[in-house]
Amino acid sequence: MIVGSIAGIGAGLAAIGAGIGIGSIGGKALEGMARQPEAASQIQTTMLIAAAFVEAVALFAEVIAFLGTGQVN
Amino acid sequence: MDLSHIFNSKKILRVSFYAVLFSLLSFSANSQEHATADTAHEPATAEHGEVAEKDEDISKVILHHIADSHEWHFFGNISIPLPVILLTDKGLVTFLSNKFGHNDHGTEIIDVAGTQLVNYHGKFYYPSKVKSADGTYISYDAKGELLNGKPLDVSMTKNVVSLLISAIVLLIVFIGIANSYKKREGKAPKGLQSILEPVILFVRDDIAKPQLGHKYKGFMPYLLTIFFFVWLNNLMGLVPFFPGGANLSGNIAVTMMLALCTFVLTTVNGNKNYWGHVFTPHVPWWLYPLIIPVEIIGLFTKPIALMIRLFANITAGHILVLSLISLIFILKSVFVAGVAIPFVLFISVIELVVGFIQAFIFTILSALFISMAIEEKYAEH
Repeated sequence: MIVGSIAGIGAGLAAIGAGIGIGSIGGKALEGMARQPEAASQIQTTMLIAAAFVEAVALFAEVIAFLGTGQVN
Repeated sequence: MDLSHIFNSKKILRVSFYAVLFSLLSFSANSQEHATADTAHEPATAEHGEVAEKDEDISKVILHHIADSHEWHFFGNISIPLPVILLTDKGLVTFLSNKFGHNDHGTEIIDVAGTQLVNYHGKFYYPSKVKSADGTYISYDAKGELLNGKPLDVSMTKNVVSLLISAIVLLIVFIGIANSYKKREGKAPKGLQSILEPVILFVRDDIAKPQLGHKYKGFMPYLLTIFFFVWLNNLMGLVPFFPGGANLSGNIAVTMMLALCTFVLTTVNGNKNYWGHVFTPHVPWWLYPLIIPVEIIGLFTKPIALMIRLFANITAGHILVLSLISLIFILKSVFVAGVAIPFVLFISVIELVVGFIQAFIFTILSALFISMAIEEKYAEH
């Protein structure tokens, strides 16, 4: 039997959102780098910062899911 | 970062193929041994009961592994005891964590110099007066909340010792490097210096300079410290045996202190322009009651996001690795190991990269927040 909580579903939904976000960031960064290879390092840095902001949202959801399952005090 | 030559080599493919093969072979051999032992000795029912109990405990085991503890566990029954320091209501109490055995089910009262304590799941509580129905000196109220009081725990736990180890390592390495820069000024770097010089230059040229401009010099010591501290601890957390394995950067108290350092640095260095953005933003005056609280909350959300980001990333990585290993026990088949173990290896390699990226992100965001605080007013928008 698989036991879980509804908070897990919430974390999964947040992961979908973050996945779309990071995907589009990565895709656009790749486009930019292909168009202007000389700016690749700058684009990479900015991409990582933006990805970190998006990822943070998914991680907030994950932390809340943990709190929701009552396993982190 | 050109990593293509690593992924191109055919060697990797061959090695990973053998890794999968050997793990399958060794585990299948192991399972046969286990099966024969099973039929020979134990009655099947007892074994099944135990397995079912283990199944429910897996999430507890995982959380136990990423949590702090009063001893440094090696394998089996071998562990280093660490000092326990408690501020009880009768004064300071200190003892080594193995002095009273390893009973952490709360069934045994330990008496330390007149103070009665009970060890329940690795934490020390004052025992309740009567034994509860399940044989413990721990009592719960109707809502399932613990009723027992708790002394203030300021022990040297695993995380504290790990923090001290990494601080000592960083001090030895970087004082050595600083001295060799002084001694060999203008000459080519040597030894450790030449390994770490590219990383230090990376922090300077890719993190500090683009964000902070010409003022970068004053903040370089802080940025370098935080970068190497986070990176070293992320990597030490991935090492499963002694000097590592403490999951320090996956502890929210540690990341909170790191984020607090950045917060203090931003607040102290904030100039007129920065505070002007907070208290007199460029909006019509009747929007002030709305915007000023938002800006003030914004001051605090930045370090809080920094704290949660590092904590959650590292914790998620550890949970992922442990859950993949636990799959073997959840599905109760050793053949799962053939899939799970190579996958664990794969995730571990990703975690190596994540450890670096998170150190980089923490440092670059710290630099970004500091640069927001110190940037000059250049144009009216």
